[in-house]
Amino acid sequence: MNRFRAFVKKEFYHIFRDKRTMLILFGMPIMQILLFGFVITTEIKNIKIAIWDKSKDEVTQRITNKILGSSFFKLVKTIENEAEIEQAFKKGEIKEVLIFESNFSKKFNSNKSADIQIITDASDPNVANLIVNYTTAILYSFTAFENANIKMPMQIITESTMLYNAELKSVFMFVPGTMAMILMLVSAMITSIAITREKELGTMEILLVSPLKVSQIIIGKVAPYVLLSLINVLTIIFLAVTVFEMPIVGSFMLLFAVSTLFIFMALSLGILISTVTSDQQTAMMISLIALMLPTILLSGFIFPIENMPEILQWITKIIPPKYFISAIKDIMLKGSDFQHIWKDVTVLAGMTVFLLLVSIKKFKIRLE
Amino acid sequence: MVKIENLSKSYENGQIHALKNINLNIERGELFGLIGPDGAGKTSLFRILTSLLIPDSGNALILNYNTIKDYKEIRKITGYMPGRFSLYQDLSVEENLEFFASVFGTTIKENYYLIEDIYKQIEPFKKRLAGKLSGGMKQKLALSCALIHKPEILILDEPTTGVDAVSRKEFWEMLLKLKKQNITILVSTPYMDEAILCDRIALIKNGEILTVETPQNIINQFDKKIYNVKSQSMYKLMKDLRGFEHTHSTFLFGQFVHFIPNKIDFNTEYLEKYLLDNNHSDIFIKEIMPSIEDCFMELDQAKSD
Repeated sequence: MNRFRAFVKKEFYHIFRDKRTMLILFGMPIMQILLFGFVITTEIKNIKIAIWDKSKDEVTQRITNKILGSSFFKLVKTIENEAEIEQAFKKGEIKEVLIFESNFSKKFNSNKSADIQIITDASDPNVANLIVNYTTAILYSFTAFENANIKMPMQIITESTMLYNAELKSVFMFVPGTMAMILMLVSAMITSIAITREKELGTMEILLVSPLKVSQIIIGKVAPYVLLSLINVLTIIFLAVTVFEMPIVGSFMLLFAVSTLFIFMALSLGILISTVTSDQQTAMMISLIALMLPTILLSGFIFPIENMPEILQWITKIIPPKYFISAIKDIMLKGSDFQHIWKDVTVLAGMTVFLLLVSIKKFKIRLE
Repeated sequence: MVKIENLSKSYENGQIHALKNINLNIERGELFGLIGPDGAGKTSLFRILTSLLIPDSGNALILNYNTIKDYKEIRKITGYMPGRFSLYQDLSVEENLEFFASVFGTTIKENYYLIEDIYKQIEPFKKRLAGKLSGGMKQKLALSCALIHKPEILILDEPTTGVDAVSRKEFWEMLLKLKKQNITILVSTPYMDEAILCDRIALIKNGEILTVETPQNIINQFDKKIYNVKSQSMYKLMKDLRGFEHTHSTFLFGQFVHFIPNKIDFNTEYLEKYLLDNNHSDIFIKEIMPSIEDCFMELDQAKSD
């Protein structure tokens, strides 16, 4: 026990005395969650628009108010002729132009039909689509309101409800993904680097010649990172709840337990990487390419798995973060309990045991 | 204490033979030196002894523990100092020592008497990070760490390489003191002048042991005369000596050329005349006692002939 304590103490000295490690351990998680939360966003908010109102009557004014009344759009320009449209788009001042035809109110009241033209900047097609959808939705609700007293001969009204993330806040999606990424980074990459560093500096040679058992070396080496990773989990959840007002519907303990399991999985991966490499550089490259890329691209973190080609969908099945993200998303947003996520948890646990066994078996008690 | 039988080791699928059929016996309490140039196989031998490498064939026993089978026992009784400084550079002197003490299940206090002489010299710097120590101090710390668990045998791989002359001398004085504590010490070095301080030495080259003897016996067994020779042009001197009919061997040694004639009743006048004929001036010729290095060169040459 004394040996173990000394080992862990030594490991903490390494961590706290290396500025780079400290930065990756504590700066990175905070930075990433804030970046993903604020910068990379798929919601639309404060979209800059211009309006060309050819009739300037009471109805167009009401529609304009209705559109600007939502927090989605912001009027930055009023336009008076064709040429200005092109100019405004080219300057990048606006994303959308709304054009009311002339005599709008007259046509609207007599014919019950008047035209509004929507022009968007589709250089970013996803955003353009969203803008059009939001605009038409507002216009639809306006006409529905105006026609409230008139019976239509036949009408299908769809009413959709977005469950679990009703405001479509993308940060809710990013929190589980970022958590997976950070835990991979901290647990797998940093551990693999920490172990290979002992090899590179020759201290592993001395540790091997000591009476320490392989299991003691490994556990002593990774124990501090379990603790630090758990602190990271708490930090991320704290930021998610306080800064991004993300609700945690399910059990916090379950969320914490699943995260711990994932940490162990990542640590095993880190140990495995360290057994096949002998220098820090290689360990870092392997961690980045073999762990981080799949975590970002194939785990369903950013790109939905359902939309991937079939082969990639199969590959995602062996990506551990996929199960982690799916499990904690369910806990956080749907409030699922263990019965609903046991499949993900079982797969993760199985992977952990497998990786741990392989890495202990591969860990060399000698130099070659 | 240490028994090595027919030990062989090769690397890269048998392409490089690091050790060829080595046999060696080391007695308890002996200060045993393994002397040889870089690449002679010293480190390979030490790594096999410390159970870090598995030999291709042969056996190595320390206190009757087999280095392959009983590696766990071996690791308890050996103190090992690798050739490269292998302590934690980001830990202080004291933290390193404490760490290695607890790893071996002991404390600094318990075995302080063993390391006292050595550790006292670096104790004023105990709060300093190991990476910021000078070369000599690093070696003293490494020796302290290797000693802290009171090993039966101390295996030191080139402990004085890259260390200044004063620190080297101090280091050897410490080894001589440790010997009095009845710790068996196995040390390797490329410096021939250190060999004389060992009880017995093994001269090793290209994975083969040339001889195992006390340093004095090795010198006594040298059966030829040897001369320090110098002239105004050392390069030409080397060339001309090689062409001399009475030359057995000759090599550069510091500011002199060591010249060994091929017969015992050699008269220096021959040589002087030969050198004068070849337009040398400021000629200096003096018979000297052979050093370990001379013996090594001679044994090495005899082997290759």
